[in-house]
Amino acid sequence: MVWLRRIRQSVMLHSFLHDPVAVGSAIFLLFFLIVGFGAPLVAPHNPYDSASIDVMDSEKPPVWEEGSDERFLLGTDAQGRDMLSTILYGLRVSLIIGMGAVALQAFLGITVGLIAGYGGRWVDTLFMRLADVQLSFSTYMIAIFIGAIVKASLGVGNFERIAVPFLIVVIGLAEWPQIGRTVRASVLGEKNKEYVEAARVIGLPARRIMIRHILPNTLTPVLVISTVQVANAIMSEAALSFIGLGMPITRPSLGSLIKAGFEYIFSGSWWITILPGIVLVLLILSINLLGDWLRDYLNPKLYKS
Amino acid sequence: MFAFIVRRIAQAVLVMLVISVIGFAIKSAVGDPVRDLVGIAVSVEERMALREELGLNDPLPVQWVRFVTNAVQGDLGHSYFFKKPALEVILKKAPATIELVLCSSLIIVLFSIPIGIFAAVKPNNFFSRLFMSLSIVGVSIPVFLTAIILIYIFAVELHWLPSYGRGDTVRIWGFWDTGLLTWDGLKHLVLPSISLSSIMLPLFIRLIRAEMKEVLETDYIKFAKAKGLKLSRIYLLHAFKNTLLPVITVGGVQLGTMIAFTVLTETVFQWQGMGFIFLEAVERSDTSLLVAYLVVVGFIFVLVNTVVDVIYGLVNPTVRITGRK
Repeated sequence: MVWLRRIRQSVMLHSFLHDPVAVGSAIFLLFFLIVGFGAPLVAPHNPYDSASIDVMDSEKPPVWEEGSDERFLLGTDAQGRDMLSTILYGLRVSLIIGMGAVALQAFLGITVGLIAGYGGRWVDTLFMRLADVQLSFSTYMIAIFIGAIVKASLGVGNFERIAVPFLIVVIGLAEWPQIGRTVRASVLGEKNKEYVEAARVIGLPARRIMIRHILPNTLTPVLVISTVQVANAIMSEAALSFIGLGMPITRPSLGSLIKAGFEYIFSGSWWITILPGIVLVLLILSINLLGDWLRDYLNPKLYKS
Repeated sequence: MFAFIVRRIAQAVLVMLVISVIGFAIKSAVGDPVRDLVGIAVSVEERMALREELGLNDPLPVQWVRFVTNAVQGDLGHSYFFKKPALEVILKKAPATIELVLCSSLIIVLFSIPIGIFAAVKPNNFFSRLFMSLSIVGVSIPVFLTAIILIYIFAVELHWLPSYGRGDTVRIWGFWDTGLLTWDGLKHLVLPSISLSSIMLPLFIRLIRAEMKEVLETDYIKFAKAKGLKLSRIYLLHAFKNTLLPVITVGGVQLGTMIAFTVLTETVFQWQGMGFIFLEAVERSDTSLLVAYLVVVGFIFVLVNTVVDVIYGLVNPTVRITGRK
């Protein structure tokens, strides 16, 4: 019960509850997480089950439009799949890839950042040059290139099978420098402080000093960046899927849903592409706003002004 | 200064060599140059002979040196699909992409500077707050979605603007197909350039505002105010000049990002540029074209970054000195 009281009396919770934007975006995000991961339970239809799909139901508008079918709350796509269910399943795929990619880049970034910052010398030069070059090339371009090469060498069929882990790896590899640089900068700031010196004097091994002593003090900026990076990763995934280097339409993410629906806006079936688009924007926006609040709260330099 | 420029160029050459290694690796791992040349209906013996003739049985380092030598001379291989040199195919499509990037940059510069300065000078003004809220929404909308929404509103519903292609183009200087000189071409440019600028514009507004706010806190601005200089002069001449440094650096990096985003914009608008051709090359497994695009885009990135760094070094001497160590 002590920790419960500590949470209730914390400055962080107070600041959070008095920021309506932060609370609003947290509620949105929580909602997306629940319905996304609970898609098999929440969704009224199973879009992966081809037996339940009837082509006769294709391109039905949402219920508030004329000519709709009450079985399909948000209408159907060109194959006759229920839009609501497809969006929920797509949301789940987008969330898994977004979070997986950030977990990977956090792991890579923290490892490289710690070793480069604490080890110094040529390791530092090597990794930071690599990060510089990678950042100057823009992460999108790198992800697009890796995607293009892998797709060209594997062929479409094989590519579709490995799409989810592939996207996680590509986006993770493309974006690690962001976190790597931040961790390195914090480590450089920490490693000359007295507590590190003390740990070194009592003869602790370097690995223990890095992980148990320095790492906890560098995690705050990592937390802030990681939040925004989830939004970026989801956006990258959508972009890759949109240009055909991501999820196939049989197992769609939000990006490939938008791609699949794009050609139908010319015949007036706007919902197939706009509805997943709205969900995507709301998801990214809520993560970004929450990230903004977190940065303002955790960054004392900004907190002052 | 001279040493700084030399070091920067040496670095650029090194990066280009790394890119050439990657390009060469892709080429030798993925592509089959024999198929690129003759197709599938040729006997195995003839293939082997051709392989020997093309030097494909040489050791890899020898082949790499040949690849680099050819690349320096402008030969990046033969496009399997177009039956033409890959570089020629890409350069033919380059004007479309360059014009698109140019127009978007123009939109970004024209809007981000006044809005950024205004939002920094009057942070509590209603419009400043509005622009700031809009900018975070803008950052959260992917480029292709902006493009789709614009197409739906202005092309499908209102029929005001065309939704795909470049429209009428005119050939100038013998090789450059421009859409800037015809009314139809300009009309086709509107939606793509707005879409492409949509993700950068909020970023630059926020950047200029943040830098400007920081500069406005400094002593020399207070001093200028105390001297009784006109406010517009202080803001534009004294303060804005000093916000330009970080803006140039970020701008250089973002130009590279913008080239990446042209791939998305060109896909949505069926814009016949470099990005569009690149994705087609992926679909057709046209390795030579893919590698050529990698080398060309890599070269543009390296060039832009080097130029930006040198300009930065010219404007800000401390970079040269700390860089020397």
